[in-house]
Amino acid sequence: MLIKRRSFIKGTGLATASLLMPRFLHAFDADGKVPPGNKVLVVLQLSGGNDGLNTVIPYRNDIYYKSRPGIAIAKEKAIRLTDEAGLHPSLSFLGQLFAEGEMSILNNVGYPEPDRSHFRSMDIWQSASGAKEYLETGWLGRLLDEQCKNCEHSTQAIEIDDMLSLALKGKSKNGFAFKDPRKLYQAGRSPFLQDLLNAHDQEHAEHTVSYLYKTLADTKKSTAYIYEHSQQVATGVYPNHELGRNLKTVASLILSDINTNVYYVSIGSFDTHVGQDVQQSRLFGQINDALQAFVSDLKKNNRFEDVLIMSFSEFGRRVAQNASRGTDHGSANNMFFISGGLKQKGLLNELDDLTSLKLGDLQYKIDFRRVYATVLENWLKVKAEPILGNAFEPLRFV
Amino acid sequence: MKDTQTALQHLAWRAGFGPAAAELPKIRKAKLAEFRKALLTNSVSLPAFLEAVKNPYEGMAPEEVIQKMRGASEEARKELRAFNQEGIKKLNRLWIKEMISSKAQLREKMAFFWHDHFACRSGNVLHVQQYLQIIRSHALGKFPDLLLAVSKSAAMINYLNANQNRKNSPNENFAREVMELFTVGKGNYSEEDIKEAARAFTGWTATYSGEFVFRPGQHDAGTKRIFGHTGNFNGEEVLQLLVKQPATARFLTEKIYRFFVNEEIDEKIVSSLANGFYESGYDIAKLMQTIFSSDWFYKKENIGNRIKSPIELWVGINRQLPMDFGNEDAGISFQRIMGQTLFNPPNVAGWPSGNAWIDSTSLMYRLQLPKIVSAGTDFAITPKADDDVQMGKTARPIRALSAMIKWPLYFQSFAAIDPEKLREAVKLFLLQSTTCPSDSMLDKYSKENSRESLLSSRTILLMQSPEYQLC
Repeated sequence: MLIKRRSFIKGTGLATASLLMPRFLHAFDADGKVPPGNKVLVVLQLSGGNDGLNTVIPYRNDIYYKSRPGIAIAKEKAIRLTDEAGLHPSLSFLGQLFAEGEMSILNNVGYPEPDRSHFRSMDIWQSASGAKEYLETGWLGRLLDEQCKNCEHSTQAIEIDDMLSLALKGKSKNGFAFKDPRKLYQAGRSPFLQDLLNAHDQEHAEHTVSYLYKTLADTKKSTAYIYEHSQQVATGVYPNHELGRNLKTVASLILSDINTNVYYVSIGSFDTHVGQDVQQSRLFGQINDALQAFVSDLKKNNRFEDVLIMSFSEFGRRVAQNASRGTDHGSANNMFFISGGLKQKGLLNELDDLTSLKLGDLQYKIDFRRVYATVLENWLKVKAEPILGNAFEPLRFV
Repeated sequence: MKDTQTALQHLAWRAGFGPAAAELPKIRKAKLAEFRKALLTNSVSLPAFLEAVKNPYEGMAPEEVIQKMRGASEEARKELRAFNQEGIKKLNRLWIKEMISSKAQLREKMAFFWHDHFACRSGNVLHVQQYLQIIRSHALGKFPDLLLAVSKSAAMINYLNANQNRKNSPNENFAREVMELFTVGKGNYSEEDIKEAARAFTGWTATYSGEFVFRPGQHDAGTKRIFGHTGNFNGEEVLQLLVKQPATARFLTEKIYRFFVNEEIDEKIVSSLANGFYESGYDIAKLMQTIFSSDWFYKKENIGNRIKSPIELWVGINRQLPMDFGNEDAGISFQRIMGQTLFNPPNVAGWPSGNAWIDSTSLMYRLQLPKIVSAGTDFAITPKADDDVQMGKTARPIRALSAMIKWPLYFQSFAAIDPEKLREAVKLFLLQSTTCPSDSMLDKYSKENSRESLLSSRTILLMQSPEYQLC
């Protein structure tokens, strides 16, 4: 059916405009299939400020061991990445991906005048603002604004959560948030809501109420669309915890022909002021197992080349441990990129410089908005500047 | 008659948190002028102090308090965190209760506006409690007094790092935000003004108990040049310079107009209001009275077109449909799910407004809320974790609100209304929007076997309509 309709349109003058569009725009096609080869982004948010130094471990650095006598990870325990760097022992699958050239790591990512409030720093990362700038929209929401003006199903960006993050809120378009597609679908199926919608179509309402009805109609249509597509259940065996379930939902959707190309999932809390090791190891274990199931599923279905998983956290932590075998809020941090389609593999830049700290904190070298620019320009193939507000030089990992 | 009731309710929604069920008989008969007069009069007297906690350091010297904190055991620190968190939650409940039941509706609404304007977070309940008292007691006073009191409050001093602003080592955070967000607004100051003003604010700090302290040793007493004036200004004098700028009157009036009247501003009206505000020495009560007494305020385009913020929605439902909660944190849970928790604005710029409250997910929650409240069903939603508060713990899902609607009280408000006029009366009371679900459609879903079931089922249905999201 879908194909027939496409070929029909192609045979008419209507096709002209669509043929002139660059390939990426087809991802936002009216009837929505993401064609093979179209790129999907999965953002993995590590909430609470993950300790980057115990994630990518500089195991030949004396300062590291001296600053963290109680919590440093011994060289023999770390998973070897390079001669200089090791990975947290709970991330064995990621170590494997790294060895196979399917994961790269960017160190020293941050922004000027770092903020130490979780909420505010997350705000900055999600809105892609400067530290002294307050934006009411997120970078992925603005991607929707730019790319989705006439989308039939505004399901291009989906967050697997009960609430929508600022990252996916645009000025005129918003992403979709749900944990359980069935629950959302059923809420939208209320006959009362349907009757309200039917009745409203005939009225000439004032502006604000129309916006509400439009959102309602769109929600109803999109939830049905999402639910239908989420029925193609991912085949792999996923761990039975929240991240496992959420990535299973993402895989199910990716493997269907839904038009979504941005997914957003979170895990936390990485706010390890006290007894860091137990908490970080537990969360990393979950990430490791969930990603193993997820990546295997994608590989089995030949979609791993088209999917990029990007992790981030709102800040890193201080270099020195605190008195409770934990770490306090810091600044710069590392990011992971996992995909079968990486252009640059391994460590993308040098490890954190532990000799030039600013009041006990790492100093960032790469602005996180350069990473966003890379993902937007090189992966999703959209112009980054209108979305980020300024020109940021893209990197080359994809 | 019908138009008068809508106009009265318009005033109740904008100058307060909506008409209360108990007021309905009065609203159906009152004249606009007398209703307005009562509304203004009810907010004249100063509010009682909302006290969530007593200061455990009462009578102790600030240095002693610091000593005590430094020496505190892990256990004592934990207790202090719990004291602060529970205290802030209690304060939230106390203020919500005022919003729901206080006669001083305009004062509480205005304080809510100032909370958004002077957006501020603090983990210290003593500071939050003091801050709330400042915005409530100055809510309808003169803006320069409000500005001075908030600027010198412990909550704001800590939030905007004024306590780190020292001679030869300035922190410009407060100086920048006071210009950009609290007074003249963007484009009406230079970077040089900020630098110089920051110097004038050096030496300001506050104690843990919340007292303002000026440290002369850290104050830069040198000559500064701000807005073209030269002198060895101190912080108070900079605030005076800021309110001398007509841009401040303009900036505030525009924001007030957007909040109380319409997101789309009417240039002529706003500039005339701003002039009056400036001339009056920033008399807030007078400005509000002018707005609420103007014909344009009651024009069709200004009625029923504002999306209720989560707080307005929650308080409004509670006023229109009196209820108790088995779960005392029901209100706070709702605030977290909807993304507007009192004393927890996203940043110093305050909450977003209007359409920004609505996405697919939040709209569905809003529409489901009345049903959840009336049927006592589960919410089962996990709000976003707040790591600034939770300190590494995972967020738990919010389940039952355990609402108990006081239907007899509600029915009583409609007691004098003839059966054949009941349908119209409920609709008129609940919706301000010009569009409305049709009677025939509501008939299909409401239970009509008794007066009570008609009232209750239609009320819950109307509250589930998109129109109920507007005021």
